[in-house]
Amino acid sequence: MDAAVTSAPTPTPHPVPATGPDGRTAPADPPSGAGRPPRAAGRTPRPHRARRENLAGYLFMSPWIAGFLLLTAGPMVASLYFAFTDYNLFDAPQWIGLDNFTEMFGDPRWRTSVEITGWYVVIGTPLKLAAALGVALLLNQSRRGQGFYRAAFYAPSLIGASVSIAIVWRAIFSDGAAVDRAQQVFGMDAGGWIGDPDRIIYALVALTVWQFGAPMVIFLAGLKQVPRELYEAAQVDGASPWRRFWHITLPMISPVLFFNVLLETIHSFQIFGSAYIIGSQGNACGPADGTLVYTCYLYIQGFENSRMGLASAMAWMLLLAVGLVTAVLFWSQRRWVHYEEGAR
Amino acid sequence: MSLATRTTGGAAKARTAGSIAWHLGSLAVLAVILYPVVWVIGGSFKPNDEIVGSLTLFPADPLTDNYRRLADGIADIPISTFFGNSLFLAVGSVVGVLISSSLSAYAFAKIGFAGRGVLFTLMIGTLLLPYHVLLIPQYVLFQKLELINTYTPLLLGKYLATDAFFVFLMLQFMRGLPKELDEAARLDGCGHLRTYWSIVLPLCRPALITSAIFTFINAWNDFMGPLIYLNEPEKYTVSLGLKMFVDQDGVANYGGMIAMSLVALLPVVAFFLAFQRYLIDGMATSGLKG
Repeated sequence: MDAAVTSAPTPTPHPVPATGPDGRTAPADPPSGAGRPPRAAGRTPRPHRARRENLAGYLFMSPWIAGFLLLTAGPMVASLYFAFTDYNLFDAPQWIGLDNFTEMFGDPRWRTSVEITGWYVVIGTPLKLAAALGVALLLNQSRRGQGFYRAAFYAPSLIGASVSIAIVWRAIFSDGAAVDRAQQVFGMDAGGWIGDPDRIIYALVALTVWQFGAPMVIFLAGLKQVPRELYEAAQVDGASPWRRFWHITLPMISPVLFFNVLLETIHSFQIFGSAYIIGSQGNACGPADGTLVYTCYLYIQGFENSRMGLASAMAWMLLLAVGLVTAVLFWSQRRWVHYEEGAR
Repeated sequence: MSLATRTTGGAAKARTAGSIAWHLGSLAVLAVILYPVVWVIGGSFKPNDEIVGSLTLFPADPLTDNYRRLADGIADIPISTFFGNSLFLAVGSVVGVLISSSLSAYAFAKIGFAGRGVLFTLMIGTLLLPYHVLLIPQYVLFQKLELINTYTPLLLGKYLATDAFFVFLMLQFMRGLPKELDEAARLDGCGHLRTYWSIVLPLCRPALITSAIFTFINAWNDFMGPLIYLNEPEKYTVSLGLKMFVDQDGVANYGGMIAMSLVALLPVVAFFLAFQRYLIDGMATSGLKG
């Protein structure tokens, strides 16, 4: 089933109980350190031994530590400083207090980018997850061809973010192309989505929904863990398929659902390449800013207008928004995510 | 049909009906999934003016002009240059990720050093950090170091294990290895380096393969990194070469652009066909996007 199980030399059911292949506990709760590494077993802590272990540990960790300081922690501090400065990359940064933030909030283009990103996250993520869950439920039957379908449905997740597919998307959704003609058949207004600043965002939403395969694979792994006896008992009690889904399946896979919601939401906030290319008509991100997602505007301000300070302020707003959404999700999970006894 | 008539009894018939419905449903999804892919294959053999407008997926008489025009390159740069650059970056990234991530994962899984818990929490924290917060300051850093328009900014992070996802993936795998193995190695006098290299790494092959493929595909598809750091067309990757098409002669040489879009997907598709088990299992195991 999962790589760890099929190829581990011993037939242990799961690599580590706390973090089974369904990704149930540890990934669902990473920042609190639920998956803290287990204590190295059976070692007597003699002083020189401990020192040797420390030395070895930090030697092995040295690339990561260097990367963390140089490419993550240091830049984050610098970025926080830049956010309060006027900085064009060539002159020294000038401290300007909250000016970047006031400019940002007063900028209609910034508000457009927030709005477009908001729509994209709010519409795209639920649709994608619904498609992922729906198809996972369909595939979660032992029938011939199941493996083939699973692989085929997963493939778009690998190529969906590429420039190639963005180019294809632009073509399929443009005026007179397949989607447009299909709409005409159903009597809806024609004209294609690409040239229309109000509709182009839905082409982008369609692209993210098309990549439902990755969360689908995770849902499938979760569905496989639901004990069969529960369904059998419910069937004996005469529960309808809908009730079985609502009262057994959904609670049982809620940790996986939570994990997918968290990951896909954070991911959606960061869309860039597809929006850049699909909207690209001489300039990045869309006719009349139709696909001006947040990161696109950040890119334009930072790299086209050389407003590094302003772009840093924008980046911190993005971090705050993502942090807030993450916090709300973690807070809400107490109400709707059911962990098995002992798993938490 | 024949199956249904041969079997007797309502249950068997219902089962057959269910099976047909299941396959019809799956095939419907498959059609949606495959449409863009089939479209790009068909389109690459059509003349320019028919690619968007015509609804037939495959042209009556396929043309190879689009592919022949690819040989002229984009803006006088041969296509092979872009593919070479992308290949270099992708392979370089794979090497870096495999070495640096497995070292960190080994330390977390097998070495009891002080401060491990804190570092682990920090590492997991970076998993959820939006990359864009680091975009500007990292660019400033590399600009100060005069490394803009080199491949260093695109590769350095891979050699410093900044992709926490892969550390996590390998760590999960190493935790699953039986403890007796490295304890036996220790009794035989193996230090950590020997244990890591001769015992743990070979046993981690599946996790290493999964990480390698995801890294390769991510590096190959990467658009934002090259867009920001590379400004000389000779150094462009395939993604940026395609962007040049979009910017420059997207209309005049539409067919060429479609053909190159298809060719650019081939390495990813090849990896997928060869290793789809590792990819899907990797996803299912750690449930993270590559």
